[in-house]
Amino acid sequence: MTLAPETTDLKVQLLLDGTGDWFTVCDLALLTPGRGVAALLPDGRQAAIFLDRSGRLYAIDNRDPFTGAAVLSRGLIGSAQGRPFVASPLLKQRFDLESGKCLDDDEVAVTAYEVRSAGVAV
Amino acid sequence: MSTTAPVGTGPRPTIVLVGHGMVGQRFLEALAERGLTATHRVVVLCEEPRPAYDRVALTSYFSGKTPEDLSMTDMAFIEKERIELYVGDPAETVDREARRVTAKSGQVFEYDILVLATGSYPFVPPVPNKDAEGCFVYRTIEDLLAIEEYAKTKATTGAVVGGGLLGLEAAGALKGLGLGAHIVEFAPRLMPVQVDDGGGAALLRTIENMGLTVHTGVGTQEIVTDESGAVTGMKLSDGSELATDLVVFSAGVRPRDQLARDCGLTVGERGGITVDEQCRTVNDPHVFAIGECALAADGRVYGLVAPGYEQAETAAATIAADEASFTGADLSTKLKLLGVDVASFGDAHGATEDCLDVVYSDSRAGLYKKLVIGSDGTLLGGILVGDAEAYGTLKAFTGSVPPVSPESLVLPAGAGEPAQLGPSALPDDAIICSCNNVRKGTIRGAVTEHKCTTVPEVKKCTKAGTTCGSCVKVLGQLVNAELEASGVEVDKGLCGCFGQTRQELYEIVLALRITSYQDLLDRYGREGARGGDGCEICKPAVGSIIASLAPTLGASGYVLDGEQASLQDTNDHFLANLQKNGSYSIVPRIPGGEITPEKLIVIGEVARDFGLYTKITGGQRIDMFGARVEQLPMIWARLVDAGFESGHAYGKALRTVKSCVGQTWCRYGVQDSVRMAIDLELRYRGLRSPHKLKSAVSGCQRECAEAQSKDFGVIATANGWNLYVAGNGGATPRHADLLAQDLSDAELIRLIDRFLMFYIRTADRLERTSTWLERIEGGLDHVRDVVVHDSLGICDELEKLMADHVANYRDEWAETINDPEKLSRFVSFVNAPDTPDPLVSFVPERDQIKPDLPLLSIGTRPLEGTATR
Ligand SMILES: Cc1cc2nc3c(=O)[nH]c(=O)nc-3n(C[C@H](O)[C@H](O)[C@H](O)COP(=O)(O)OP(=O)(O)OC[C@H]3O[C@@H](n4cnc5c(N)ncnc54)[C@H](O)[C@@H]3O)c2cc1C
Ligand code: SF4
Ligand code: FES
Repeated sequence: MTLAPETTDLKVQLLLDGTGDWFTVCDLALLTPGRGVAALLPDGRQAAIFLDRSGRLYAIDNRDPFTGAAVLSRGLIGSAQGRPFVASPLLKQRFDLESGKCLDDDEVAVTAYEVRSAGVAV
Repeated sequence: MSTTAPVGTGPRPTIVLVGHGMVGQRFLEALAERGLTATHRVVVLCEEPRPAYDRVALTSYFSGKTPEDLSMTDMAFIEKERIELYVGDPAETVDREARRVTAKSGQVFEYDILVLATGSYPFVPPVPNKDAEGCFVYRTIEDLLAIEEYAKTKATTGAVVGGGLLGLEAAGALKGLGLGAHIVEFAPRLMPVQVDDGGGAALLRTIENMGLTVHTGVGTQEIVTDESGAVTGMKLSDGSELATDLVVFSAGVRPRDQLARDCGLTVGERGGITVDEQCRTVNDPHVFAIGECALAADGRVYGLVAPGYEQAETAAATIAADEASFTGADLSTKLKLLGVDVASFGDAHGATEDCLDVVYSDSRAGLYKKLVIGSDGTLLGGILVGDAEAYGTLKAFTGSVPPVSPESLVLPAGAGEPAQLGPSALPDDAIICSCNNVRKGTIRGAVTEHKCTTVPEVKKCTKAGTTCGSCVKVLGQLVNAELEASGVEVDKGLCGCFGQTRQELYEIVLALRITSYQDLLDRYGREGARGGDGCEICKPAVGSIIASLAPTLGASGYVLDGEQASLQDTNDHFLANLQKNGSYSIVPRIPGGEITPEKLIVIGEVARDFGLYTKITGGQRIDMFGARVEQLPMIWARLVDAGFESGHAYGKALRTVKSCVGQTWCRYGVQDSVRMAIDLELRYRGLRSPHKLKSAVSGCQRECAEAQSKDFGVIATANGWNLYVAGNGGATPRHADLLAQDLSDAELIRLIDRFLMFYIRTADRLERTSTWLERIEGGLDHVRDVVVHDSLGICDELEKLMADHVANYRDEWAETINDPEKLSRFVSFVNAPDTPDPLVSFVPERDQIKPDLPLLSIGTRPLEGTATR
C-alpha cells in the first residue's frame, strides 16, 4: 500500500452546525440531477440533499414538518422566479432549498445546511 | 326552522299548485325568485309517487340514469321556501265558489290562487284490446319501469304505435332493451310534425340502418292477444299482421283538463284549459293554468317544455303583480334520436308566402338540410337531419337576414366556402337558449356584470343550457368570446412553467418527437422558466406524456431511465405507494381479480416474512403496507419469481379491471366476463395517462362488477358487450355513459383503444375521464363522433399508438430487480445503505401492524393546520 494521499472522485460534504466540520456524505456521482437523496448525520438527524440541473447542491432537513415523516429527499425539485424549491411528496408543500422556509406557510421552516462538493483525500 | 315572519298581518294568502311536473317545478322556482314564497303559503299536490323530474330526459333512464339522477327537485329548496309538497296525493275536486281543493287523501285546502299544471296524458287510439297485458304508454318513470320489467321477462319483440318524436325515442329504448323494434306510423313519413318528406326519407334510412323496422302509411287496427290476454301481435290497416309481444302507444298527447272541466272552466274544442296572455283562466281570476294542460291565448296547446317554462314565469309574474304575458312560442326542437341529430326551427314547412327553399341532401350519409328563406333574404326556418351543428346559430338568426349566405351554413365543410359565422355575429336580443328564453345580451351580462368566467357559472347565473343542453356549445363560444373581449386573460397554462395546456404539450411532444423534458422546457416553457428546474406539477405531467408516447417517439418507456427518473413523483420513483409515515405499500397485479391458491399463498408468505399489513382493495387485489424503501427490491424479487408483476398502483396508469365471475359460474351470466377483464387488464397494463384509469366487466345486466362507475366499463349482453365510459366513484360519483352497444370482442377492444388514446391525448393533467367528458366541447356526442364515427380521421393513429404501447409493454419491477444500478437507489440513506430509517416504525393493531406516529406531536405544528389548506 502506498502512503501518499490520493484524490478520488468528488464527494458531497455537509457543514454540521455548531461543530464547523465538513461531514462527507457520498460520491457526487450517486446523485441524479433533479432528485434528492437522504443522509444520516452523526447526531442521528437526517438531511435531504439535492442536485439541480445546473449542478448546484442544496441540503435541508429531511423531515417533513407537516407529517413528521422523513421524506423531503423524495420530493420533486423545481424553480420558481429563479429560486430552487422541493415539494413534499406527502402533502405537496414547497420548501425553499436555500433557506429551508416553507413557501406555503410563513410560520414553518426546516433547517438548511451548507453543502459543497469537494475532492477529498482518502 | 328560523325564517322571518311573513310581511303583513293575518294569515298568509295561499297558492295551491296542482301538478308537480316540469312546469310546476319551474313555477315554484319563479315564485321563490319573486319572493312570493315568503309572503304566501304554497301548497303542492303531486300525483306521481315522486316529485318533479326531468321528463325530457326520460329515455336516459335506459342508458343508465337512475330516477334520482332525473329528479329536478331539490328537497333543500322545498324546505327552505317552506313549500308544502304532498307527493302521491292528487287533487280530486275543485270548488271554485268556496275556493277549495280536495285531494285524494281527503285533505282540503282553501286557496286564494289556484294554479293548474296537470300536463298531458298519452292518447291511446281506441283499437280493440288496447288495454291488453303488454300494452304500455311512455310518459312517466313508472311507465318505463313497467316496460323494462316486461321486456326483460316476457318479450323479444316490441312495436311502437306512432313515429313522432316520442315514438322514435321509445323505439330506440326498446332496441336498447334488446328487443327487435318496430315503428308503425300512420302518416307517410317519420316525425311528420317536425320534418318534411325529404327529411323523413333521410331519417328513415338512418333509422333502418340501425336495425329498427319502420312501417309508414299504415294504421293499427287491432291488438291481437293469446288466451291469457297477453299481446302477441297487431293487425295493420293494410291487412298484414305484425308479431310482437309488447306495444307502446305513442300516438300523441292530450291535455289533462278533466279537473278543470269538472269545475266549469272553459276548455278548447280539442282540449286544453283556455287562458289569457297572463295564463289566467278566462272564467276565474283566481285560477291559472300553465304547461301542457293550457290552451294559450294564441289558440295553441304547447307540447314542449320551453313554452311551459315561459308560462310558469308569466303566471308567477302576474301573481306578483308584475307585468308579463305569454303570447306564443317558438316550436323549434333539436334532439338526438339513436345518435341521429334532428332539428327543426321557425317556419320549417315553408308556410310563409313567397318563401324559397335551400336544400342540401346526401342520402348515403343520411344528411338532409333545408332552409326556408323569405323573398327579402330573411331566414324563416329550417330542418336539419343527420347533422344539426348549425342549429344554435341558425335558430338565433331566424327572423333576420344573416350576415353570410345561409347556404354556406348548411353545406358540408370543403364544399364552397366554409361557414364563418360564429355566435359573436348575433345581435344581443337573439335567443340563445330557447328552453329558458335566455338572450345573448343576458349571457354577455353574466360575464361582464356578474363576473362569471366559466360555462357552469353562466349556466347557474342565467339558467341557460340547463334543460335540453342543445345550446351549451354556442354558450361556450359566447362566454369565451366575451371573456376575450373584456380583456380577462384566461390563463389555461399547465403551471408556472408552461403556458400551454397538457393537451397542447402532448401535441408538441408528438409532432416534434421531443423526448426530453428539459428540451421541452427550454424551448416551449414560459420565458422565465426556461433553463430552470421546472416544478412538481409539470415534471410528472410531461414525464407521463413522454412515457405514454415512448414507443412512438423512440424513447425509453421505462420510468426510471435517464431523465425520466427525475420527473417521477416519489411513487413512480420507487414503484410503490408512499404512505403517511414514509413507508411504502405494494400491490402486485391480479388481472381481473383472478388468482390461483399458489399465488395467494406466496402473497401471504411474503407479507408474513416482511411483517407487512395486508388488506383487500376495492379493485379486487391485495395491498401490502409497511415496507421500507430498502425492502422493496427483496419483496419484489420474491413476487416476480412467483410470476407476479407490477400493479402500477403507484402510477397515473391503468389500475385494475374488476370482474364478476360471469357466465362460467353465475346462472345469470351471458358472457365470460373474467376472460374479458383479464384480456383488457393485460392489454392496457402500464399505460401512462393523465390520471388513474379504472375498469370493470360484468357478466350480465345485473352489473355485480359495478362497471358503470368506472372510466371504462363493460357489461355483457346476449349479443356481445355494451361499453360505458367516463363513470366515476369516489367523491364526485358519475354514472358512466353508454358509448356503444352489442359489440363483438374485437369491436370492443378497438373502441376502448381509441377511447383511451383520445382521452390521453386531450385531457388535462389530473383530469379523470368523467370530468374530461363533462368539460370537452360537445361532450359524449363529440367523443362518440371521434372514436366511433372517426369524424376527425384520427382513429388509425389512435389505434397505432395503442398497438405500440401493447407491443412495448415491459414489467417495471422485473426490469428493476435485474439492474444493480437502479437497485442502488432503494436505500433509506445514501451514506448508510444498510441502515433503516429509524423514523419508520410500527405498533400492533388487530393482529397486524400500523404506523407509529408519536413523532407527529413533536412536529412544529399540528396537522389540522394543513388539512384546511
Ligand atoms: C319521453 C318524452 C320526451 C320528451 N322530450 C321533449 C323534448 O325533447 N323537448 C321538449 O320540449 N319536450 C319534450 N317532452 C315534453 C315535455 O316533457 C313536456 O312538455 C313537459 O313535461 C310539460 O310539463 P308539464 O309540467 O306541463 O307536464 P308534466 O311534466 O306532464 O307534469 C304534470 C304533472 O301533473 C300531475 N297531475 C295531473 N293531474 C293531477 C292532479 N289532479 N293532481 C295532482 N297532480 C296531477 C301529473 O301526474 C304530472 O306529474 C317530452 C316528453 C316525453 C314524455
Ligand atoms: S353481473 Fe350478472 S353474471 Fe356477473 S355475477 Fe352478477 S348476475 Fe352473475
Ligand atoms: S336550448 Fe335547451 S337548454 Fe338551452
